[in-house]
Amino acid sequence: MRRAQVGLRKILFLFLFVSVGMVALIWTAGNNASHGQATTTAAESLAAWDKIATVVEHPRCLNCHQVDSPLQGDSARLHVPLVVRGDDNMGVTGMRCTNCHSQTGNNPTSGVPGAPGWSLAPLEQNWQGVASGDICRQMLDPARNGNMNAEQLVHHFAEDELVGWGWNPGPGREAIPMPRAELTDHVKTWLAGGGACPQ
Amino acid sequence: MITLTINGKEQQLDVDPEMPLLWALRDHLNLTGTKFGCGAAQCGAFTVHIDGEAARSCSTMVGDAEGREIVTIEGLSGKVAEAVQAAWQKLDVVQCGYCQSGQIMSAITLLSANEKPTDEDINASMEGNICRCGTYVRIRDAIHEAAKALA
Repeated sequence: MRRAQVGLRKILFLFLFVSVGMVALIWTAGNNASHGQATTTAAESLAAWDKIATVVEHPRCLNCHQVDSPLQGDSARLHVPLVVRGDDNMGVTGMRCTNCHSQTGNNPTSGVPGAPGWSLAPLEQNWQGVASGDICRQMLDPARNGNMNAEQLVHHFAEDELVGWGWNPGPGREAIPMPRAELTDHVKTWLAGGGACPQ
Repeated sequence: MITLTINGKEQQLDVDPEMPLLWALRDHLNLTGTKFGCGAAQCGAFTVHIDGEAARSCSTMVGDAEGREIVTIEGLSGKVAEAVQAAWQKLDVVQCGYCQSGQIMSAITLLSANEKPTDEDINASMEGNICRCGTYVRIRDAIHEAAKALA
């Protein structure tokens, strides 16, 4: 009888110990989620950037982050017909982006892609021939990222309609292989850890 | 029902808003001066003006063209159009002619924005209009000729 009581006490003690441990774990996890900046390390931030870089260097993004003329297709060849930047990043008279590309979406008949805001990225956002670390620093610099702060950067990756086209590029073009929600999580981690950039 | 303003006239069309404008022009409104070439915005034979720009009607969805000013080769008017047409005739630009309505539409867009285009300007603005007969030299000369007439 006495041995049975001791056994029960042991089980109760063990149960209490495990419960307290679990509560502590949940508490810590919750704290980490709401105060990510305090707990995300520079190494984690850098690792997140490396994931982001695989997306920004994908042809769906890189093809229009060019110096003077966009590229086309998964092979990233020069745009046919040739178009040039022009004064407003939208081409020149007679050869403006919107002369062929719809601002509402992909054209199911001609196969020409389209999305709101379709244009060449501003020159200061050129990524062609730019090292990952320099793209990273460019993206953090409001003078070169369209004057976006951290919150707006997250929104850009998560919600911007032109960016979203990368996951809906129409037939014959590879969609960005990483799910958008996963990319957004990487952006949050990258920024929470201080926006670490490779050298 | 979609309402399009074409050559200054309102047209009511009961069509899919994603249908190419070229289909509407040729098959529904019998405006056959605008040609079908590649159907993929690669050749320029289907060029019309939308709000004055050289839009590719094969790649413009009817819904996107609603509420905008559409002009086809049949509806051209004004001094730039007249100068371009006169230069085309004077220099006998046309060979087979299939691409020429598109070439003329793009040339008018260029000259409306740039009174004295250089060869470089012409190359950049006319890049989207292909001519299988290779009349590019005559097209360029005719654009310079029209610019001279308009000066």
